[in-house]
Amino acid sequence: MTEVKVPALAESIAEVTLSKWLVKDGDYVELDQPLCEFETDKASQELPSPAAGVVKLIAADGDDLKIGALICNIDESAAKPATAVATDKAVVKKDVAPVETVAPKTEVKQEVSYATGNPSPAAKKILDEGGVKTTDVKGTGVKGRITKEDAIQAVRNKANMPAREAFSRGERREKLSRLRKTIAERLVYSKNSTAMLTTFNEVDMTAINKIREKYGDGFKKKNEVGLGMMSFFTKAVCLALEKFPAVNASIEENEVVYHDYADISIAVSTPKGLVVPVIRNAESLSLAGIEKKVKELAIKGRDGLLTMDEMTGGTFTISNGGVFGSLMSTPIINPPQVAILGMHKVQERPVVIDGQMVIRPMMYVALSYDHRIIDGKESVSFLVAVKDFLENPHKMLLGADPVDLLLEM
Amino acid sequence: MSKYQVAVIGSGPGGYIAAIRCAQLGMKVAIIEKYDVLGGTCTNVGCIPSKALLDSSEHFHNAQKSFAEHGITHNDLSFDFSRMVQRKNGVVKANNDGIAFLMKKNKIDAYKGIGSFVSKNKIAITGSKGEKQEIEADKIVIATGSKPTQLPFIKVDKRRIITSTEALSLNEVPKHLVIIGGGIIGVELGSVYLRLGAKVTVVEYLDKIVPSMDEDISKELQRVLKKQGMEFLLSHKVSGAVVKDNSVTVTAENTKGEKVLIQGDYCLVAVGRVPYTDGLNLEAAGVVKDEKGRIAVNDHLETNIPGIYAVGDVVRGAMLAHKAEEEGVMLAEYIAGQKTHINYNLIPGVAYTWPEAASVGATENDLKAKGVAYKSGKFPFRALGRARASGDLDGFVKVLADKNTDEILGVHIIGARAADLIIEGVVAMEYRASAEDIARMSHPHPTYTEAFKEACLTATENRPLNT
Repeated sequence: MTEVKVPALAESIAEVTLSKWLVKDGDYVELDQPLCEFETDKASQELPSPAAGVVKLIAADGDDLKIGALICNIDESAAKPATAVATDKAVVKKDVAPVETVAPKTEVKQEVSYATGNPSPAAKKILDEGGVKTTDVKGTGVKGRITKEDAIQAVRNKANMPAREAFSRGERREKLSRLRKTIAERLVYSKNSTAMLTTFNEVDMTAINKIREKYGDGFKKKNEVGLGMMSFFTKAVCLALEKFPAVNASIEENEVVYHDYADISIAVSTPKGLVVPVIRNAESLSLAGIEKKVKELAIKGRDGLLTMDEMTGGTFTISNGGVFGSLMSTPIINPPQVAILGMHKVQERPVVIDGQMVIRPMMYVALSYDHRIIDGKESVSFLVAVKDFLENPHKMLLGADPVDLLLEM
Repeated sequence: MSKYQVAVIGSGPGGYIAAIRCAQLGMKVAIIEKYDVLGGTCTNVGCIPSKALLDSSEHFHNAQKSFAEHGITHNDLSFDFSRMVQRKNGVVKANNDGIAFLMKKNKIDAYKGIGSFVSKNKIAITGSKGEKQEIEADKIVIATGSKPTQLPFIKVDKRRIITSTEALSLNEVPKHLVIIGGGIIGVELGSVYLRLGAKVTVVEYLDKIVPSMDEDISKELQRVLKKQGMEFLLSHKVSGAVVKDNSVTVTAENTKGEKVLIQGDYCLVAVGRVPYTDGLNLEAAGVVKDEKGRIAVNDHLETNIPGIYAVGDVVRGAMLAHKAEEEGVMLAEYIAGQKTHINYNLIPGVAYTWPEAASVGATENDLKAKGVAYKSGKFPFRALGRARASGDLDGFVKVLADKNTDEILGVHIIGARAADLIIEGVVAMEYRASAEDIARMSHPHPTYTEAFKEACLTATENRPLNT
């Protein structure tokens, strides 16, 4: 008999929510077959079975559990039923050496074909009458066909949806997810325990746009990743952080911790909420390296595959509200970090350059910082430095104006 | 005056099924039938009597031609045609009674007489003795069906020049039956009398028989029927038929422009059917017909007058009993506020010859015309153990599938029990199955259904197991 307990997922995590059992009481489970889904402060993750055998569930869906709490027992002496192979959905985790006895893995993902979403005659009638479009129904039949049961379920789900008629005063309540609760606690903590304020500036994106236009295709061909704005901003931030180490610092009780590396947290919006994965040693990465990392983390975030490690740490955060169209905002610091840069939407605006009014692609940038350890002069200068790098990208090559360097100025 | 929620004019498969479904859904229903018995063309002078005679003649044919091979011998084999017709009449009566029972069971009031519109909510019913009554209904369903098409240059005398209706109630087996029209009705009734010893000549305007079916089916059916002794004059344009005493001479013109005379003792005109709306007095309700004389309806089978509907042969689409039934159900449910749908592309067509021919979905020519990239899998029954055991070796299953997706687009079967086998094609296509899906389903052995699986294997990867 193997006891299965809540594993220590990360140092900072003391409690998890068992969001969903993936097996039923009395099921025969294979080694490494996912038993249940945990939701933690930062992410949800599956728990692979440590043994093969018949499972006896102890914890229930929705339970909040301390690390080390017993969640189920696995009876290894129980014989494997003959049908186990057919129904087995075990997927061998990448990092686990495959075990020979594990049955061939069956595709968990639904196969897609021309018939995906095709309703059976009875299902079609039910959907038509329920006013549900076939495109809004996930078919569970062979290759995604919509079965009668799918249709009944879809119509029932629609009926349960909040009423949308005019003057409806219906409401519904949902338990806060653990992730949302954590986000809420941390944001309030940040607001209450720091001396936060925001400084603004604006960046003329002409130079970067030109580079992206001219080199974008070649960059993509060579690196298999697009040349976005994120790499330029990350690079510019890293170089500016070198100049102003306090902005890259963190507060731990009575001490200021200065980092001689820049781990840049990037805020990623996912279906479950905001997550903040980290680009480690961003200061040492090339633009291509940054773009690849950003893409990798964004995809993992979207698919809910970010690990705890990938979301822990970080010395400075970049948040891009511009992707949703924000023109200006005051981001909230992600403690124990002390500053955060907010990017916004690029918009063509009339600006005055050398006494002439010209139209330029402009972006407002915002830096929220903890005034307790960063002075106004430092924060403003930091943001001006970022702006300077972005408007004069050639300076990023050497971290300073090449001519200044040449003249040792 | 009696008042109903729904009144149905015509008690064929479209009408009586619509009436039953309306009654099941809680409506007060009346059905009006011109003839003394319920059931319409299908039950009285169509599907049912023709199948009765086809089966009787098939038994005789088998006794005569195939029993010896099975080791069964007999002396002085003969048949009594009047008994066959009598049996057929009994079968028809049983069906009439069955429908009458269903009307009673569902509390549907059946009226005898010709129904005609007085207004859009009122119908006058005139009985055979001229007696009149009127009923009122919120919704009226026209289900008056069709009648055999007449050729303008041939007068049907119902004695020597006949339609399918008379062909099902002859007093004798013709010596030489000349059939104008090589469609399904022509070859079915031709088969009946061929098996009973008549000489049968089919004169067809087109260059193939059963033109609604896939060309391979047309060819194979013609080959097999020819082997059985049926004669075909294809690409012949009939210009007239003259009766003299007990003989009838049909004149036709071949492709070379030569005049051809065919003399027989009966001439069956089987050139299709036309919608039947006589006596309905559609004008009183304002219902309009389309250019082909059919009652014009929209997708919900509603005519131009709200509340008046039509189903079956009297509207567009294939003139088939099962199509009419589906429409009857769909319409009743539509009236009840449901949203029923018919996939007209998947209404199967069947010819009850022997071997039977059946088909659903697109023919090869349809796909070519539409420019669809397709693949074809064909499997002969000859290669099946089941077919060998019974001695029914003719025919094949042909499956047409999308070249890219493998989705089954058409199924065409000719062979023993094709009429029953075709439903596997219908189910497969309703669920948009691929040829490989069918190929991976267990088919019982030994059965004729194995040919379907093998044809699918052939269509998928050209790897039949049994050829």
